[in-house]
Amino acid sequence: MIKYISRRLLMLIPVLIGVSILAFSLIHLVPGDPARSILGEKATKDQLEALQEELGLNDPYYVQYGRFLGDILQGNLGESIQSKESIGVELIQKLPATIELAVFAMLVAVIVGVIAGVIAAVKQYSWFDNMSMTAALFGVSMPIFWLGLMMIWLFSVTFDILPPSGRLTAGVELHTITNFYLIDSILTGNWLAFKDSLSHILMPGLALATIPMAIIARMTRSSMLEVMRQDYIRTANAKGLKKTIIIFQHALKNASLPVLTVIGLQFGLLLGGAVLTETIFSWPGIGRYVYLAVLGRDYPVVQSTILIIAIIFVLVNLITDILYKYLDPRIKFE
Amino acid sequence: MSLQPISTPDIQTQETKQAKSKSLWIEALFRLLKSKTSVIGLIIITILIITAILAPIIATHDPTTQSIPNRYQAPSGEHWLGTDELGRDIFSRIVYGTQISIRIGLIAVGISMVIGVTLGAIAGYFGRWVDQIIMRIIDIMMAFPSILLAIALVAVLGPSLTNAMIAVGIVGVPQFARIVRSAVLSVKETEFIEAARAIGGKHGRILFRHVLPNSMAPIIVQATLGIGTAILDAAGLSFLGLGAQPPTPEWGAMLSDGRAAIQNAPWVVAFPGVAIFLFVLGFNLFGDGLRDALDPKLKQ
Repeated sequence: MIKYISRRLLMLIPVLIGVSILAFSLIHLVPGDPARSILGEKATKDQLEALQEELGLNDPYYVQYGRFLGDILQGNLGESIQSKESIGVELIQKLPATIELAVFAMLVAVIVGVIAGVIAAVKQYSWFDNMSMTAALFGVSMPIFWLGLMMIWLFSVTFDILPPSGRLTAGVELHTITNFYLIDSILTGNWLAFKDSLSHILMPGLALATIPMAIIARMTRSSMLEVMRQDYIRTANAKGLKKTIIIFQHALKNASLPVLTVIGLQFGLLLGGAVLTETIFSWPGIGRYVYLAVLGRDYPVVQSTILIIAIIFVLVNLITDILYKYLDPRIKFE
Repeated sequence: MSLQPISTPDIQTQETKQAKSKSLWIEALFRLLKSKTSVIGLIIITILIITAILAPIIATHDPTTQSIPNRYQAPSGEHWLGTDELGRDIFSRIVYGTQISIRIGLIAVGISMVIGVTLGAIAGYFGRWVDQIIMRIIDIMMAFPSILLAIALVAVLGPSLTNAMIAVGIVGVPQFARIVRSAVLSVKETEFIEAARAIGGKHGRILFRHVLPNSMAPIIVQATLGIGTAILDAAGLSFLGLGAQPPTPEWGAMLSDGRAAIQNAPWVVAFPGVAIFLFVLGFNLFGDGLRDALDPKLKQ
């Protein structure tokens, strides 16, 4: 196992180098002069030259890339053009909000998706199967930004039961330790803040969970159906084992492997999907951060943020692969 | 004289082969038409295409004509789906938006398909270092969540509908490349490809005349499902202000424009969203049906 993990980590190196080259190249894809694009048409020659110097755009590409890579390896992600703050510091402040939202969405997606998929498979062609699979199909076809807006209209505007934006109501105090508000409020025993942050995360979390929930439900159903046709399940049935034991201990355990891969992939996609969800719900995470940077043509922020998200995505996929091998030792990877 | 007995069985074999391959496609068509969901998908797609073609006839108003006194009108006999913040008729804008969405879907998937199929076919057919290089590039592209990569590309190319289509097209390349590569890997080991090589067929001819036509099924399925994804991604970009620009009646941009009025005029946001949903649903239903029809083993 250790050999496998080390080999996978080694294989990550070329991918990460490629990812860094792609992120670095972004600023050079800007048509014309990136400094002009950032400062606008009215910028003076002096201002342009100063920014070109600041961004190091006058150096040859390989020097610029070397500096970019060197800075990243030292944990220096550069400075935001708009806020003049360190991008690393800003990301550390915003990352917990995105991870909290993504983990919440993934938990909802896994719990609902797996349960719906199992019931749909066990009761194949029943009304529940038809309903849940239709709902899953609707789920993957739904624009989440529209769903988010409709939720705001229904739950915030019409019924006024959930807050439309932010992470915490103004005035509610919370002593932050980890910057994950739900965890911090539990750690400090601040139940008012817990209730408030839960009510804030509910709508963006559900909107973000829709697509993975639908995909997990479909994958669980199809995987369970395949496993339920195996001989050992027939044997378990013939032995007179309880149906719940057969489903949860025998079938689901084996059916969970492809589902695990989907979960790993979807978690990474949640980080991308967070850009839309965070923008709609004014959630102060890295999705909104990168969106505002795009609007403000803050290219260093765009470069660093997508690089960090890509690294998280690659690592999550690696962990999924390792778990996959751990759960099913028969699997051999070339 | 001596050629006659040899050529006859050749023609017969070719005819049998053609008849067999035709019957496989016809069989697939029958399977497709038997599936209720794919027929529903096909109906939705047909309605959308007819709407796009007949937009000038179906639309009740000009999609870009503003009428400030008529802003935020609720749905009525005059304005079936209400009016937006500039008094434009939402129904007519959605009808014209169908043309734009179909164009986005086709162009974006076209870009993904041309680049992805070429890369995947070359990687699968030539193998070795060519395969290694191409697939590592694909791995790098796949390391980025697709919508995020599209956002980053539009950020540097500049916000416009064309750039959004290019960005969505580029992020769809890895899917095609991987699917085509694996299809080519299995087809290239078959006997008829070996025979084509044995009679001295050139690589380009073997690849584009023999290997690719026999790998079409997964490409068609991916293209159909890809249109839905492309529409969703492009609408997402327009919603963020990075795709279609005003006054283009693109559905994602319409949603974005109507956001501020959700409190008083929810129809401004509701109907364009329903249009996106139906469009994507149609292609997803049809794509799922196609996949089951072309590869019945996959059907559960």
